[in-house]
Amino acid sequence: MEPILAPESIDLIALAPVLVLSVFAMMVLVLDLWGGRNKTLLMFTSLVGLLMTAISAFAKHPIPAYSFNDSYVVDHLSLFFICIFTVSSALAILLSADYNEREGIRAGEYYALILFCTVGMILLASSTDMIMIFLGIEIVSICLYVLAGIRRNDHKSNEAALKYFLLGAFATGFLLYGMTLVYGSTGSTNLFKIADFVQHPSAQSNPLLLMGLVLLIIGFGFKVASVPFHMWAPDVYQGAPTPVTAFMAVGPKAAAFAAFFRVFAEAFPKMSPSWELLLSIIAVLSMFVGNLGAIMQTNIKRMLAFSSISHAGYILMAVIAKSSLASSSLLFYMLSYAFMTFGAFGIVIILGRKGEENLEISNYSGLAYKHPVIAISMTIFLLSLGGLPPFAGFVAKFYLFSAAVQEGLITLVIIAVLNSAISLYYYLKVIVFMYMKEQEAEFKISLTPMTLFVVLIGVVGTINLGIFPNAIIALASH
Amino acid sequence: MFLTFITFLPFFGAVFLAFMPKENENGIKQTALAIAVADFLLSLLLWTNFDDNTHKMQFGVNIPWIEAWGINYHIGMDGISLLLFVMTTFLTMICIIASWDVKKHIREYMMAMLALSTGMLGVFIALDLFMFYVFWEFQLVPMYIIVGVWGGPRRIYASVKFFLFTAVGSLLMLVAIIWIYFHIQQTTGVATADILYITDHLDVSLDAQKWLWMAFFLAFAIKVPMFPFHTWLPDAHVEAPTAGSVILAGVLLKMGTYGFLRFNLPFFPQASYEFVPMVAWLSIIGIIYGALVAMVQEDLKKLVAYSSVSHLGFIMLGIFALNPYGIQGALIQNINHGISTSALFLLVGIIYDRRHTRMIAEFGGLAKIMPKYAICFMIVALSSIGLPGMNGFVGEFLVLLGIFQVNGLWAAFATSGVILAACYILWMFQRVMFLELKNPKNMNLKDMNSREMITIAPLIVLIFWIGLYPEPFMKTFDASVTHLVSKVNPENFRPTQEHHEDSHGEHAQLMTPTEMASLNQKLQMPVLIKE
Repeated sequence: MEPILAPESIDLIALAPVLVLSVFAMMVLVLDLWGGRNKTLLMFTSLVGLLMTAISAFAKHPIPAYSFNDSYVVDHLSLFFICIFTVSSALAILLSADYNEREGIRAGEYYALILFCTVGMILLASSTDMIMIFLGIEIVSICLYVLAGIRRNDHKSNEAALKYFLLGAFATGFLLYGMTLVYGSTGSTNLFKIADFVQHPSAQSNPLLLMGLVLLIIGFGFKVASVPFHMWAPDVYQGAPTPVTAFMAVGPKAAAFAAFFRVFAEAFPKMSPSWELLLSIIAVLSMFVGNLGAIMQTNIKRMLAFSSISHAGYILMAVIAKSSLASSSLLFYMLSYAFMTFGAFGIVIILGRKGEENLEISNYSGLAYKHPVIAISMTIFLLSLGGLPPFAGFVAKFYLFSAAVQEGLITLVIIAVLNSAISLYYYLKVIVFMYMKEQEAEFKISLTPMTLFVVLIGVVGTINLGIFPNAIIALASH
Repeated sequence: MFLTFITFLPFFGAVFLAFMPKENENGIKQTALAIAVADFLLSLLLWTNFDDNTHKMQFGVNIPWIEAWGINYHIGMDGISLLLFVMTTFLTMICIIASWDVKKHIREYMMAMLALSTGMLGVFIALDLFMFYVFWEFQLVPMYIIVGVWGGPRRIYASVKFFLFTAVGSLLMLVAIIWIYFHIQQTTGVATADILYITDHLDVSLDAQKWLWMAFFLAFAIKVPMFPFHTWLPDAHVEAPTAGSVILAGVLLKMGTYGFLRFNLPFFPQASYEFVPMVAWLSIIGIIYGALVAMVQEDLKKLVAYSSVSHLGFIMLGIFALNPYGIQGALIQNINHGISTSALFLLVGIIYDRRHTRMIAEFGGLAKIMPKYAICFMIVALSSIGLPGMNGFVGEFLVLLGIFQVNGLWAAFATSGVILAACYILWMFQRVMFLELKNPKNMNLKDMNSREMITIAPLIVLIFWIGLYPEPFMKTFDASVTHLVSKVNPENFRPTQEHHEDSHGEHAQLMTPTEMASLNQKLQMPVLIKE
């Protein structure tokens, strides 16, 4: 065993985003205490914190830079992911402003929790050591358990939190067990050392190692809500406050995928024959269960939850493909997904009423003729989620499928495109209600500037990434 | 850039309409019409500047779009797309006039119509596979909205069915497009989705060709629609508003046949050659089946819809005759079907507006009280049958000539479609126009008004023009057809084909492990991954 911390390996500049964000998060906590629950101040501080984090992420030159005994890395993947995280956390905070007002969520720690969660996500995307990955996952999960249950007086929210906590703790156990088995059979928790170790064919057939891999897949599979570890997702997504749901569907999921990708593409690429099939099955199941499940839903939050399961299935293809093209497609996909998901949830918030009412798809009947701009924005998000051009979702899927085709995963891609077709059915269903049904009840929509701003960012992002994706693709495929 | 302007003018017109006040209905209609007329006149200008003597792309623009992937905004026009392009702007204009009396959400209706026009125009001029796919999917949305919002009682079912059928087919095409993209990159080292480049350089084994051909075939066969993928068409037609049916029959179906001519034949000449019997038999089944089913329809619109299935069978047969007569016939028949069937739908729409029913049994003896209508209907019906001197005859004759050179039996079967067409059209005409004027509800029907005459008259002029003097139309695609036919001629299959056939295995994703490895090595290909 090498010494755990050699002094010269501490690199605070590389760690800057984590430090900056932690400081800001604590500042938010303190301000909440002193500032007399001044929501605007808390929000402003959080947004500034996220901005500073994004800037400080670029402090380290040149990249890739490894520090802390090769357990923390600043590279292209982590930088891009940090940008996705800060954008999605900022959007979540903007979405929360008016929602919390309406639902009477007065907790100042709400913002601090989102920031701490983001810290965990940054760690997850930047670590190249199993221990660090575990730490990241725990930070993210604990914040999310609290966030999901933050509507304390609502029993659905409580149910969501408890369910998420119990199942999440269980999954974390699997993950940790997997890590110990991998450590036991390879002698290291560092991804590069593991990769070196499994070079030898003799090491690859170690049953303990294989067992460890399976447990890792279960653990990560739970965190990204893939089938058959998805049971929590619909209930938690439905019960959690809507901005938190949007946040969970984007940020933490992206972070889990970052770690998933790193572990399997960097530590175990040589063993891909032994995990490729298992992951492919999980991907295919996620697509089918997610899409078929979404068709049945009448509640829009549940529908979006199932749709996010199916998207997890598509994104798993990037992990299976594990090429550099796959990593850039993963980045592009997560960014596009962030824009369209936040946009869609923004509309859900606009149409929602106090006490999480008005979330049935039938509540959208006739929206197009009362509020055409809202309806057309929702249409854009849904079509983009369905992967229709000229929106971001199409370019993202094209990118992802290209990466898979390049690796020869034709069957998987064909299954994925068929699933895209299935998914169009339920996305269209919402459009049917908005455009083709008569209005049922008066719309009482809450058009607040901040929520509208998020929707606007969503629309601009979705269209821009769909029509002029060149700049972002160039960045992602650095 | 002129071509770009014409293509996107309707779309920006739609955006402009969005800012007009909803109450100003006349203003909205007039603006939409002005945009459509301007677009049509501009596209005529294209025609006059079009050089008939070359198969090369004209009015081309090629600027980088997604540089990181080597995808370009590449547009251009040759003889195959010119007439379809002009017909699109023409029918959009006719449709906007025909929709003058739409009551519900007129602004949104006109916006959808104009946006649809841009989508369709884009399909015909796109010369980059990625771009083609974008337009191909984009036009689905406005059409879906038109059927779903302004359609008949079962409009939601019909519109969703239309959308999903097309989407399923085209998604498999997307996989094929991605595969081709990587294959081209691997064999030539150029990352591109350029249609012309691919046409010249695509070199795949016969087995792979077959799989790719099938993927494209499915997308286009659903769109055409060929038997047995036609089931969405009667639903969509019956439920769509009149103008929706006109666009659907006039242009959307032609996107399928256009796809065959632009992709299947030039990309996969050898596979196309191999699949001729299959396509021919499917087309013949479509011709006869469509005609027989049309004969027993009680709904006028459904009858016309099934007649479309039958007529499109002719076009497919012409394309897969793979000789000049057949393809020329198919191309002119594309236009003819667009004119005649659109006119039929307009005429059915006129009577539906008055009586709110399309049941043949409800009518009878209309010729007595609506003479102008009856005359127009007669002319259009006869042109649909293919009476000599009218447009249908020219196309059908050429197609039959073409297919006869390939197989006399097929020609014989196809000819029976012409006879059946005469049966169902004339029988329908008799039941609607002649007989006794019995139904009291029909006693006071008004004849066509001048707006309706304006929509029908240009189509009737075209019917006779193409029927009597098709030369100006035919000569636009002569050079392109000659070029295309030379590509699908077995003598011109690339010589390397044989060699490849041997070295490859059995399936489409045929990459041997060594090839896979070399592909993987090229992962860091300079063009794809920008430094």
